[in-house]
Amino acid sequence: MSMNRREFIKIAGLSSILGIGGVAGVSALKNSVEASQTSKNPEALTAKRWAMVVDMSKFASEEDFQPCIDACHRAHNVPHITDNPKHEIKWIWPETYEHAFPGNEDEYRAEKYQHMPFLMLCNHCENPPCVRVCPTQATFKRKSDGIVMMDMHRCIGCRFCMAGCPYGARSFNYKNPRPFIDESKKNPEFPTRMKGVVEKCTLCYERLAKGLEPACVEAAKEVAAKKGTTPGLIFGDLEDPNSEVRKILSERFTIRRKPELGTGPSVYYII
Amino acid sequence: MYNGGKILLGLIIFIALVTAPFWLSGKQATAKPDPKVDTPEILKLPENERQCVESKAYMKKEHMKMLNEWRDWVVRDGLTVYTNSTGKQYTMSLQNTCMKCHSNKKKFCDECHNYAAVSPYCWDCHIAPKEKEL
Amino acid sequence: MLEKAIYGGRRYWVWVCFLLSLIGIGFLAYLYQFQNGLGVTGMSRDVSWGLYIGQFTFLVGVAASGVMVVLPYYLHNYKKFARLTILGEFLAIAAVIMCMLFIFVDLGQPLRVLNVILHPTPNSVMFYDMLVLSGYLFLNVLIGWTVLGAERKEVPPPKWVKPFIILSIAWAPSIHTVTAFLYAGIPGRHFWLSAIMAARFLASAFAGGPSLLIILAMIVRKYTKFDPGKEAIQTLGKIVTYCMLINVFFLGLEFFTAFYSQIPGHMHSFVYLYTGLHGHSQLVPVMWLSSILAVIAIALLVFPQIRKNESLLAVACVATFFSLWIDKGFGLVIGGFVPNPFEKITEYWPTLPEALITLAVWSIGFLVLTILYKIAISVKEDVVFDKYGERQIK
Repeated sequence: MSMNRREFIKIAGLSSILGIGGVAGVSALKNSVEASQTSKNPEALTAKRWAMVVDMSKFASEEDFQPCIDACHRAHNVPHITDNPKHEIKWIWPETYEHAFPGNEDEYRAEKYQHMPFLMLCNHCENPPCVRVCPTQATFKRKSDGIVMMDMHRCIGCRFCMAGCPYGARSFNYKNPRPFIDESKKNPEFPTRMKGVVEKCTLCYERLAKGLEPACVEAAKEVAAKKGTTPGLIFGDLEDPNSEVRKILSERFTIRRKPELGTGPSVYYII
Repeated sequence: MYNGGKILLGLIIFIALVTAPFWLSGKQATAKPDPKVDTPEILKLPENERQCVESKAYMKKEHMKMLNEWRDWVVRDGLTVYTNSTGKQYTMSLQNTCMKCHSNKKKFCDECHNYAAVSPYCWDCHIAPKEKEL
Repeated sequence: MLEKAIYGGRRYWVWVCFLLSLIGIGFLAYLYQFQNGLGVTGMSRDVSWGLYIGQFTFLVGVAASGVMVVLPYYLHNYKKFARLTILGEFLAIAAVIMCMLFIFVDLGQPLRVLNVILHPTPNSVMFYDMLVLSGYLFLNVLIGWTVLGAERKEVPPPKWVKPFIILSIAWAPSIHTVTAFLYAGIPGRHFWLSAIMAARFLASAFAGGPSLLIILAMIVRKYTKFDPGKEAIQTLGKIVTYCMLINVFFLGLEFFTAFYSQIPGHMHSFVYLYTGLHGHSQLVPVMWLSSILAVIAIALLVFPQIRKNESLLAVACVATFFSLWIDKGFGLVIGGFVPNPFEKITEYWPTLPEALITLAVWSIGFLVLTILYKIAISVKEDVVFDKYGERQIK
C-alpha cells in the first residue's frame, strides 16, 4: 500500500487525538464517588422556597442592625476593604429609603421613613436575572430550596451577573481579600474567597445544612432578646402555609424591591 | 560545516533549555516525598481508629477526583454526608474534615505536591489550619 | 503564503517592531494585573465593566462590518468590491481576535475560561457570544485563506467556498446582535434596556467598520503597488454616510423616549453622560467630543462633492471612527452602570495599567492585520499587475 507523507501525518495525528482524547474522555466520565454514597444531613433545615421578612419597626439605629452585619461578615470571612472604597465587598448592609426603593421617592414622605436603615441583601429571586446570564452556571438556583448559590470554583470572574443584578447585591474580589480579613475574627470553618470571583449572600446554606438559622437571623434574635422585643428578621418557607413568614405576610402589608422587574424577590420589608 | 559556529551555539542553548527542568529544580525533584501523618489530632485517636475517609491506596490514587466530586456534591447539590466503602459517615469538607486530622499542610499535602510540581489552588480560599510545631 | 509576511522593506519592519514593543509593554502590564487582580483597573463594585468590555463591544462591530463588502460582491456581483473583499475579511479576523483578547484580559479568573465550553449554558447570552465569535473567526480564516490561495495560484476558488461565504454573510450580523443582547436583556439597567439596542449596534458597526476599511485601503494604496479601487472606496463612503445617519437617528430615538417620557430611570444615564449628575461630570467632555466628531463627520460625508475629495473623505472617516469608538467603546458601557441600582454615582476612568493592556491588545490586532494584509497584498501585487485593471479570475 502506497501512502505519501502528507496522508501519513494526517492519519497519525488524527489517531493520536482520538486515542488520547478517547482515554481521557472515558476516565473523566468515570466517577470515583458513587451517587449512592452521598446524602443530605438529616438535621438540615429544608424548605421549598426560603424567604426573609425585615420588620423595620425593630431597626431604628445602628445598634439594631450592625450585629446582623457583623455576624454575617464574620461567619463568612467577608473582607473589610480599607484602601479603596471602589473595591468594597458587602453581603448585607443598610440603605436609606430613597436608595433602597428608587423610583418610589416622595419629597413629602415623613422624615422617619426617609432615614430608616433598610437592610439590603441578595433577594434570592424566584426568577433571578443573574442566574440567567451566568455563562458557566457558577451562580445557580438550588432546586431544593430556591437559594441563589455561588460556586466559587467555577466562577470565571466575567461579572455578567453583577451587570444583571437589578439590586446591586453582588461584590467582586478586585484583589486578594485575605490581607483585609481580621485574623482575630476569622471563622476557620468557612473558606475565604480569592481574587477574581464574585460573591454575595448565600443565605447561610452551610448553616442551614447543619440545622442552624442564617447568621443575621440569629443575631437579630439576640438583639431582640436583649431589648425584650420580637426579632427584626424573620426567616421561613414561603411555600409552607404554616410558616412564620406566611403568617406575617397574611397579616401585614409588605413591600419588596423593584417587583415590577419580574424577578420575584424573596425579601419582604414591613415598613 | 557551513555556519558551524552558529549551529553549535544553537545546539548548546537548545540542550540547556531542554534539560533546564532537571538541573533547575535540584534536590527538591529527587528527594522522595515523605508525608507525615503524626499530627496531634491523629495521635489522639486510638491506634485502630486511625483511618482516613477511604484506604491509603485509594486516597493516594483518587483523592483529587474525590475532592472534586465532594465539591460538586456539597456546593451544587446541597448534600453534605458521605458514606465511605465501609459504611462510616463523614461530612464532606476539606477544611473541616480532611484538615481536621491532617492539620499539617506543609509536612503532608505539600510533600507530594512539591515533588510533583503541582500547585492546587484549594488553599487560596480554604483556610489551612495553623501549623503547630511537632 | 505565510512566508510572504517575513519579506518586507525597512518601513514594514519598523512598524512591526513598534507594534511588538507596545505588545511587550502591555504584556508586562497584564502580568501585573494577573498577579494583583483587576483592582489595578479603574473598575469598582458599581462600575464592574470598563474599558476592556467597551473595546470588545466596539470591535465586534468592526468585525461584523466585513459583511458590508462581502455581501455586495458575493451576493449581488458588485464587481467593484473585488479587490476590497479580502481586506474586509482580514480586518474581520484581526477584529475578532482583539475581541477575544479583550474578554480574556477582563476575566477575573482567565485560566478558567474553558468552563464556558465545559459547562454549556444555553440560557446565557455570553455562551452564544463565545460560539458566534469563534465560528465567525473560523469562517473568515477559512474563506479568506482559500480565496486568496486560489488567486495566488491563478485559478478560480473552489466551489465549496460559496456556501461558507453565504453563511458568513448571515453570521456577521448575528455576532453583533448577540453582543447587543448582552446589554439589551438586562432588567435592572434602563440605559441598555432598549429594543433598538441591536439595531443601533448594527448601524454603528456598519459606519465604523467601513470607515476604518477606507482608511486602511488608502494606506494600502499609498504604500504598496496594490490599489483597492477609487470607485470601491467611494461606494464604501456612501455606505458609511447612510449608516452614520441611521446611527445618529437611532441615538436621537433613544433620547426622545427617555426625555419625552420623563421617566427618571430612563433619563438619568443620559443626563450623567451629557450634562453631569449630582456634581459628577467626568464623562461629559468625552461624550460631547463624540457628538461633535459625529456632526463633523456627517457634514463632510453628506455632500457628494466633499465626499469625492479623498483627503476630506479620510478626515470624515477618522472623525466617524473616533466618534463611534468613544460612544460604543466607552460611553455605552459606563452609562449603563451610572447611576447604580441605588441611584448613587461611582465614576470610572481607566488606569495606566488598563490603558497599557488595551494598547497592547490593539497592537496585537494591528500586528495580525499587518501580517495578513502583507500576505494579501503580496499575492495581489503578483497577480494584478495593472493598477486599475480588471484582471480578476472568474
